[in-house]
Amino acid sequence: MKAAGASRWRRVAGDQELLLLVLLGLLLVAVAARAPEVLTVDTLFNVARESMVTLVFAVAVLIVIISGGIDVSFLAVGIFAAYSAVSLVPQEGPAATAWLPFAVAVAIGVALGLVNAAVVLGAGVSTLIATLATSAVFLGVLFAFVGGTVVNSIPEPLRVLGSTSLLELPAAGRGTTRLSVLVLPVLVVCAATAAFLRWTVAGRSIFAMGGDREAARRAGVAIGPTVVLVFALSGALAGLAGMTHVALSGRADPTTFFGGELNVLAAVVLGGALISGGRGSVRGTVLGVLLITCIRSSLIPLGIPPVWQEAVIGSLLILGVVLQALASRVKPVRAILDPADPVLAPAPLRRDVVEAGDAR
Amino acid sequence: MADVMAGTTAGTASEPTAPVVAARSLTKAFGGVLALDAASTAFSAGEVHCLAGENGCGKSTLIKILSGVHPPTSGTIEVGGSSYGHLAPRQALDLGIEVIYQDFSLLPNLTAAENIALPSFLTHRRRFVARAAVDAIAEQAVARLGVDLDLRTPVGDLTVADRQLCAIARALAHDTRFLAMDEPTTTLTWREVDALFDAVRRLRDDGVAIAFISHKLQEVFSIADRVSIMRNGRIVATGRPEEYTHSSLTESMTGRATSALARETPTWRDKPPALEVRGLERLPLFTGVDLAVGQGEIVGLAGLLGSGRTEIAEALAGVLPATSGTVLVRGRPTRIRTVTDAVEAGIGYVPEDRLTQGLFLDQPIGDNVLATGIGSFARFSVTRPQRMARAAAGIVHSLRIKAASLQDSIRTLSGGNAQRVLIGKWLIGRPKVLILNGPTVGVDVGSKFDILSLLHAESLKGLGVLIISDDLPELVSTCDRVLVVRNGRVVSEVDRRDLTEKALLEAVAA
Repeated sequence: MKAAGASRWRRVAGDQELLLLVLLGLLLVAVAARAPEVLTVDTLFNVARESMVTLVFAVAVLIVIISGGIDVSFLAVGIFAAYSAVSLVPQEGPAATAWLPFAVAVAIGVALGLVNAAVVLGAGVSTLIATLATSAVFLGVLFAFVGGTVVNSIPEPLRVLGSTSLLELPAAGRGTTRLSVLVLPVLVVCAATAAFLRWTVAGRSIFAMGGDREAARRAGVAIGPTVVLVFALSGALAGLAGMTHVALSGRADPTTFFGGELNVLAAVVLGGALISGGRGSVRGTVLGVLLITCIRSSLIPLGIPPVWQEAVIGSLLILGVVLQALASRVKPVRAILDPADPVLAPAPLRRDVVEAGDAR
Repeated sequence: MADVMAGTTAGTASEPTAPVVAARSLTKAFGGVLALDAASTAFSAGEVHCLAGENGCGKSTLIKILSGVHPPTSGTIEVGGSSYGHLAPRQALDLGIEVIYQDFSLLPNLTAAENIALPSFLTHRRRFVARAAVDAIAEQAVARLGVDLDLRTPVGDLTVADRQLCAIARALAHDTRFLAMDEPTTTLTWREVDALFDAVRRLRDDGVAIAFISHKLQEVFSIADRVSIMRNGRIVATGRPEEYTHSSLTESMTGRATSALARETPTWRDKPPALEVRGLERLPLFTGVDLAVGQGEIVGLAGLLGSGRTEIAEALAGVLPATSGTVLVRGRPTRIRTVTDAVEAGIGYVPEDRLTQGLFLDQPIGDNVLATGIGSFARFSVTRPQRMARAAAGIVHSLRIKAASLQDSIRTLSGGNAQRVLIGKWLIGRPKVLILNGPTVGVDVGSKFDILSLLHAESLKGLGVLIISDDLPELVSTCDRVLVVRNGRVVSEVDRRDLTEKALLEAVAA
């Protein structure tokens, strides 16, 4: 009986994606019950818009976590890349050149990712400490050499791109509500990352390294180059995320992401990425990001004061980690007794249960 | 040392061939310690070459240098006629050098199929993985091995024996020319060892050069075409197994003669048993377990891997407590729900692998002896050094550990003395019953003898000992009785009078 219960727990805990869907459903039901007026296409598009940037950051972190490390410099890399790119590219130009700032931001992101890799490999320190340190350095360099003031006029092609809609629908109140065209590259990046992780030898090597670094090395995985690849990819994605944010918001503010690490890390961990490495999926990360964005945008309609927002997200992070701990602790019990053993026959077992019930 | 090169020159029945892999005066120093001292040997195609020797004699180091895990301090590696100063792991794989490590070095989060296929994808510099290609490589390797293995399961969820098979299959997944197996049978039961040996012989007949490391002499004799004996980082002798007997091999390995452990039954029958268990149960693992270990008695617990023997021991130790049943220690009923309960009741449990890994090699002997019992020498969590020194000195004296000073590090001790320290560490809490799970797994012959004779000596003082072991000769030579576990029940008992390897094998495998 106990064993059956334990294995059910393991299934639920193991299938974190299912759990996220259930949580999303519950949240939807709660909102529908308490504040049905919020359930509009406006809200849907809002959630999509708010999820986009977080999602790209989350995929960047996911790759590092799968490889067995952790990255806390992604926001610094993202804003450094985006802010510098905005200052570097020409202010005017045809709308077709909007790819340029993105390319520059991704290139800067890769460069900063290589710095991370160099520190991790060169100093041999943990990825947490390395990226914590580099993130402070990146921000320092940004403020000292690039600038710390808010840029309110971003390059024209970028502004045009940021205000182009993929979909425009009548809003619940007056006017229209729109979904930015930038949702497309975000989706493409997610799909490409998922394919990379699943179907390339490099992707599987990242999983292998996160599962057991020494065993991966002995299996022929070149650890150094793989670490470089992981941080370069993570940096590229962070640069992309930063630029997406700038294009969407129409301004470049170097302090824009301060303190936002929690949302992203919580989303990745909730999405089933094992904090010790070797496990995680883009699909789970998407669900994790959606859940967190939905919670953030439904707290007010549900009548929960916004001061609780961070606490709720923090609790979700703990929930994610606890689920992982449960899943790893509750190993399936492999029966040793012969299935035909009389003690395992159903009849006496049922009597035991009845007796126990009677005694109580 | 001339006969060291025998691999290439000896007039064996088979055609003398150029070695597939050869070590040429390989030396490896770790810090100031010489792990390998100008070792030269050769591995030829179609030959199983056993490397035998005590713990720390340099066998594993030699293999790790050949496979590129460590660079040698000096010397060269010869592969297929070319000389290398050192190899990188990937380079070694490219050259067809495969190693099955003691810890298997598998990736727990990937499926068995991926584990098997990944190295060949890497060595062939492929960029993409298609599931079909992965499955094809894995299935081919498993077929070559002639075993059945669930390829879709993550390796972390496989049984130890299946992981072993997975590790071998991985080694076969590409063009392997040299396969080194570092104590491949440590975690296997006899039946699985037979299957493994069949696979090894098939590979040998396929023309693979095989290096086989083992502590178990029976295995050396049954599988080897050639034996090299290592001692203190040197290869001291090479020859054909027929040239050796059990005792001459043991002598070459340890450099000293050993005698069999003769044992009189000292059981104190007039006293309550050290441990008595009735109706112990935890479904669906084991049920109806009755057993008794008299004071001064050494009882063996035998059974196949997965028979429930480890679970029963863990229940008595409070690791995975039983749900019902009675446990009496020296006649006193005790309830064991946690490890602390067991320790307080006087049940000591030495889990698998702890004996070989339980020492702080660079710490003083005294501190090592006291490591587990340090709590009992403290008052309000502050240690009392004088008391501790006295206790450590007492143990070292009573266990006849030969050491110049308690301040010397474990590294300065001989293997046998280090093993005594280890046992002393577990005896310091003065348990009434000591349960040892695989006490001599991965332990060389000399130290094994030391451990067993120490247990023997302690049992004479009234300690009840329960030994769980796969090593039949060890159970036969050490135990007063052996209980056989199958499918979660104690099914039979082999008494001292009938205790032979054959009787035990029949009882266990029935």
